[in-house]
Amino acid sequence: MALQVSDLRVHYRTVRGDVRALDGVTFALADGEITGLAGESGSGKTTLGKSLVRLDGRMRHVGGRVELDGRELPIGDSARMDRFRFHEVSVIPQYAMSALNPTRRIGTMVRELLRSRGIGHRAVRPELERRLRLVGLAPEVLDRYPIELSGGMKQRVVMVLSTLLDPALLVADEVTSALDVSTQRAVAEALVEFRDRGYVRSMIVVTHDLSLVYQIADSIMVMYGGRLAEKAPADALVTAPRHPYTRRLLAALPEPGVRHEDKRLAGIPGGPPELLDPPAGCRFRARCPLADDRCAEQPPFTEVAPAHFVACWKAG
Amino acid sequence: MWRYFGRKLLIYLFTLVAAVTVNWMIPRFMPGDPVQSRLARASLQSPEASAAMAEYYRGVFGLDVPVWQQYLNFWGSLLRGDLGTSMWLFPRPVTEILAGAVPYSLALLVPAILLSWYAGNKLGAAAARGRWLDNTVLPLGYLLTAMPYMWLALLLAWSLGIVAGLFPVAGAYGFGLQPSWSLAFAASLAAHWFLPFLSLFLVALGGWAIGMRNLIIYELESDYASYLQSLGAPRRLVRRYAFRNAMLPQITGLAVQLGTIVAGSLLTEIVFGYPGIGYLILQAIRNQDYFLLQGAFLFIVIGVLLANFVVDLVYVLVDPRVRVQMQGGAA
Repeated sequence: MALQVSDLRVHYRTVRGDVRALDGVTFALADGEITGLAGESGSGKTTLGKSLVRLDGRMRHVGGRVELDGRELPIGDSARMDRFRFHEVSVIPQYAMSALNPTRRIGTMVRELLRSRGIGHRAVRPELERRLRLVGLAPEVLDRYPIELSGGMKQRVVMVLSTLLDPALLVADEVTSALDVSTQRAVAEALVEFRDRGYVRSMIVVTHDLSLVYQIADSIMVMYGGRLAEKAPADALVTAPRHPYTRRLLAALPEPGVRHEDKRLAGIPGGPPELLDPPAGCRFRARCPLADDRCAEQPPFTEVAPAHFVACWKAG
Repeated sequence: MWRYFGRKLLIYLFTLVAAVTVNWMIPRFMPGDPVQSRLARASLQSPEASAAMAEYYRGVFGLDVPVWQQYLNFWGSLLRGDLGTSMWLFPRPVTEILAGAVPYSLALLVPAILLSWYAGNKLGAAAARGRWLDNTVLPLGYLLTAMPYMWLALLLAWSLGIVAGLFPVAGAYGFGLQPSWSLAFAASLAAHWFLPFLSLFLVALGGWAIGMRNLIIYELESDYASYLQSLGAPRRLVRRYAFRNAMLPQITGLAVQLGTIVAGSLLTEIVFGYPGIGYLILQAIRNQDYFLLQGAFLFIVIGVLLANFVVDLVYVLVDPRVRVQMQGGAA
């Protein structure tokens, strides 16, 4: 097991109280596994991704453990966490387009970053240039300023930089959201390539695009209201979803070959729960067509088939 | 690159022409007749004598020709470096009067503005770093900025000048001295310089510090700062980047400040009776001295334009985005 997350709880501090963005998340990631993390806005997927690398100022680690290769990650302690960042855990942020300092040449920024982490720039430089070429960039981009690059190019620079030290875990947060469809495909394939070449051991791809993540992921996790609803091998999740939320989510996707003139796409009625003061029991209860009295009690996240976990009383 | 500067220069040239024209118009369309007020000072009895005097003054000041010709004459003499004759200090030429006042204004304002800018930026950056410092610098900064300048200046003059008796409160040097290259004169000059300088320094300091603090906090929240921290970059590196990027708006601010250098000193020079350009402007308005007023304003206009041009140059050096645009790259 490369990554083991147990009962992770991360809350946002607000003036009105704690927002329970992550409320007891448990899962494991195998060596070499790419898992897609899907869910609607506010389900906690970005919070989960950030928690594994760097909590921002408003986030508070309330409980639970994260272990990487048997060592506990001190996610609540930013200073101690620095040792792991970049080397062991890394991130391709949601805002990759603006992740580079606009007033520094990219090469200069990389050199200063490496030096500040005590890594010899000379030793890494050939590998950096090789990987840039791999994603289709000339090493000359290092002499450019970020403003001189297109959005897709910046995205690829960030991808190469984030994985330069071969981290064990990479969190790729909405890496394809801001790109056009053809570039999305190239970025998604580059992620798989990076894994295959061993640049990254395991990967969590945070996305709201289930169809894209289905093409590259080994497994898919679906989050709802700060908890995991389902985790399963990608095929199983798409062909035989067990959780009612996953089913409705998949039903809301358009299918190729189906004309939607006469058949409207089904949405999911209702809205996601308020995480400031979440309702007891199953978070999806209010919107679930199958809900009954038993759902007032929180369902456990249990393995119902090999590597297929569901948090639903009706899934058994 | 040359196209960029060529375009900038053209814009500055247009601005200069427009500003000089407005500058020429304002005193002429102000109510009151300067020739009449000169005659009133002479208090002549006979109407013939006063008519002759009026004729003479109109000729001297060039007011005896149609307005459009006055305008052209004005440009002509301006290009020859002749700003006309002062009415208030008749018959001294305006250039001579300005030349006597400019050094005082510059010696007061340039150090005050540059030092307050430098110290304010350092202070603001330091405040963004620590809670304790932030809690002292921020209220103090707001206090200094919000305080009416007049009041601060009077407070300083009263406390350090009159009560403590540490510094003189009026003039540029002691009444008993003549300008010379002596040590006594230099000491007197420095003592008289200190209070006006301090008042300008303090009043600008707070604004710079608050501005820098806010800019740094904004930069530290920005995406590139978060990304660096996600890759475990030490605070030192992130802060260095944030400081450098936060300096860019502050440089623009400095340009504006340097431009208003002369106008900004008006109150200081009045409160401390300091014989600079600001003091001249006040006297010129009181005495309806067209030519002196024009000259002083011309000086301000040229100052603003020069400062802005220098900042354009500096920006090219410090902000790669401007450089990229200059070379015709994508914005």
